[in-house]
Amino acid sequence: MDIILVGLSHKTAPVEVRERLSFSGPQLTESTLKLRAYEEILECVILSTCNRVEIYTTVEKPELGVARVKDFLHSCQPDMPLDGITQHLYTHKNEGVARHLFRVASSLDSMVIGETQILGQVKDAFDSALLNKTTGIVLNKLFKKSISVAKRVRTETKIGESAVSISFAAVELAKKIFSNLGNKTGMLIGAGEMGELAAQYLVNSGIKEIVVSNRNYDRALHLAKAYNGRVVRFEDFLEEMVNVDVVICSTGAPNYVIHAEHVQDIIHKRKNRPIFLIDISVPRNIDPDINHIDNVFLYDIDDLQAVVETNLRTRRDEAEKGEQIIDEEVGKFTKWFKSLEVVPTIVALKDRVEEIRRKELERTVGRLRSLSPEEVQIIEGLTNTLVNKILHNPLVALKLEAHSTNGLLYAEAVRKLFDLDIKLVERGTGETTINDEENIENDNSNH
Amino acid sequence: MLNILFFKIALAVYFVSTASFLYYLISRKEGPKRYSFGITGLGFIFHTAALLTRTIEASHIPITNLHEAMSFFSWALVLAFLLIEYKYRIYVLGSFVLPLTFISLISSAALPMEIKMLDPMLQSAWLGVHTIFAVMGAAAFSIAFLAGLMYLLQDWLLKSKRFNILYHKLPSLDVLDDLNYRAISFGFPLLTLGMITGSIWAEYAWGTYWNWDPKQTWSLILWLFYAAMLHGRLSIGWRGKKAAYLAILGFIGVVFTFVGVNMLLQGKHTFV
Repeated sequence: MDIILVGLSHKTAPVEVRERLSFSGPQLTESTLKLRAYEEILECVILSTCNRVEIYTTVEKPELGVARVKDFLHSCQPDMPLDGITQHLYTHKNEGVARHLFRVASSLDSMVIGETQILGQVKDAFDSALLNKTTGIVLNKLFKKSISVAKRVRTETKIGESAVSISFAAVELAKKIFSNLGNKTGMLIGAGEMGELAAQYLVNSGIKEIVVSNRNYDRALHLAKAYNGRVVRFEDFLEEMVNVDVVICSTGAPNYVIHAEHVQDIIHKRKNRPIFLIDISVPRNIDPDINHIDNVFLYDIDDLQAVVETNLRTRRDEAEKGEQIIDEEVGKFTKWFKSLEVVPTIVALKDRVEEIRRKELERTVGRLRSLSPEEVQIIEGLTNTLVNKILHNPLVALKLEAHSTNGLLYAEAVRKLFDLDIKLVERGTGETTINDEENIENDNSNH
Repeated sequence: MLNILFFKIALAVYFVSTASFLYYLISRKEGPKRYSFGITGLGFIFHTAALLTRTIEASHIPITNLHEAMSFFSWALVLAFLLIEYKYRIYVLGSFVLPLTFISLISSAALPMEIKMLDPMLQSAWLGVHTIFAVMGAAAFSIAFLAGLMYLLQDWLLKSKRFNILYHKLPSLDVLDDLNYRAISFGFPLLTLGMITGSIWAEYAWGTYWNWDPKQTWSLILWLFYAAMLHGRLSIGWRGKKAAYLAILGFIGVVFTFVGVNMLLQGKHTFV
């Protein structure tokens, strides 16, 4: 059995392709069940976000499985030519799938490295598959592992630590000036999209109050309602600055609306209490010279962009550490996955019992020195019969289940019950598996 | 001399914790702060043991010469740091407190350490009380100075828009300004008490409460300075950058009153 992944992401496909192939809501359940209904597909999970569509499956024969998944994607978008879909797809197998999913869940493969949304999306995809009962032991383990790996990456690196959007960077800066936003007031002047977003972040960070000032009074009223704040007439916002601590300015004005002499006066009236001015308007609305006034901190959009750049760099550095963690976890998962194989389990079980039989036989024969060679042979025959009779049923059952997902459960149970240490043979083509199997047949007939 | 042994161990441990805290300041990791803090705690235990054994060996509070005063000052500084840590968790403060502690302690180590017989004039219960208040006040003002230093650093980083490790490590301006204020409002009553107990002791020893000894004069200047600073903050907004500069200026005065007066000016306070 192999795990395969067929998918596309923002790295391989443009949004026009991604949006057509994505699955949403009820469509997802229906498609998952349809995919699972194919004979070749043993387990499946569909992960569909705006940046990626990925289909995780376990199959008996990988080549056939990949082809089947491609057919399936084609059947979902019949008016797209198969080639047109295939050119955007990547495929991974076994270890490669584990590495890919771990990277995706840990947000190392995301457009914005370290964003947190993707982990929730992975969880949702897995939950949906669980609900539809399209997964089995392998994908369950793989997805649970991916979630714990993502958490490990998040706690052991600083990948998600710093702000990577301009609006959020502004809030982070505010926290380096005012420790506690809970007793601070913010003011939004004008109403650009980014300004509104920054104000929303301030509200989410627990700022005491948001004051809104806008040339359009109705618009201001509407926004103030959204933030649970109050409105100040546009003519009065300068006076109001004496009472507010964070000012987000994004009017569409073509020139400066806040001048240095205004702020000098304001800071004097504020008795030097610091004020944080964020100018996210282009062209700028606040005179840049204001930054030279003591206890005034002025940031324009380029400054905030610089913060974001630095933070992104930090995230990329941290991502390297994340890759190391993932290497380690992929190793663990691969070991587990290989140990699931029924054939090596059978071999290991037989080896184990044979070893016990041989040791005990040697001990007994060693103690009974007076035995004749014939008697030794009889005792050996007895032990052989015992072992074979005891092992007969388990081995038959294991072999019967070798090609179903249940077989993995059996194999795992046997491995635990007998404390088997399975030698990790390189997983190659199907041929070696068959050969192994033949060997067992031969071994069996020898006894 | 058990106290000297403990003192030397404390000095060595503080050396390690200073290095560790400085490493934390430039390290991307948060891990080093725990070790640094732990090592500092260990140093404090040894230093406390050194002071206790010295008190027993000398059979009086050991703040009677410059070595002892500097040693007790270091102890009070770390005590203040540990208390602040317990309450506010500003680990990075250690990266500033520990170097100062170490400088003060190593200067103390460079001075004559042996216990001397106490001048009969100084043998009074007021001695211990006066010196403890005075030195602890100095430690509180030192914390305000360090908070001011950190404030100016963070202010500069924010103004010049440098988002380096230091920017991430240093707490917010609000926290630093608050620490500055609290340290001074803690140090000010200690200084006041130190001066009151000092004059009572002066009455016993010299027969007069106040005799314009240089140390007394400078303490009075300091007292007026810090009183003005507290008043200025509450009434006319001497906060933020201005308060940080004033705390640094105040500290220079503290150092001068503490050590400089003895070296440069003649007076009755020659012992400390």
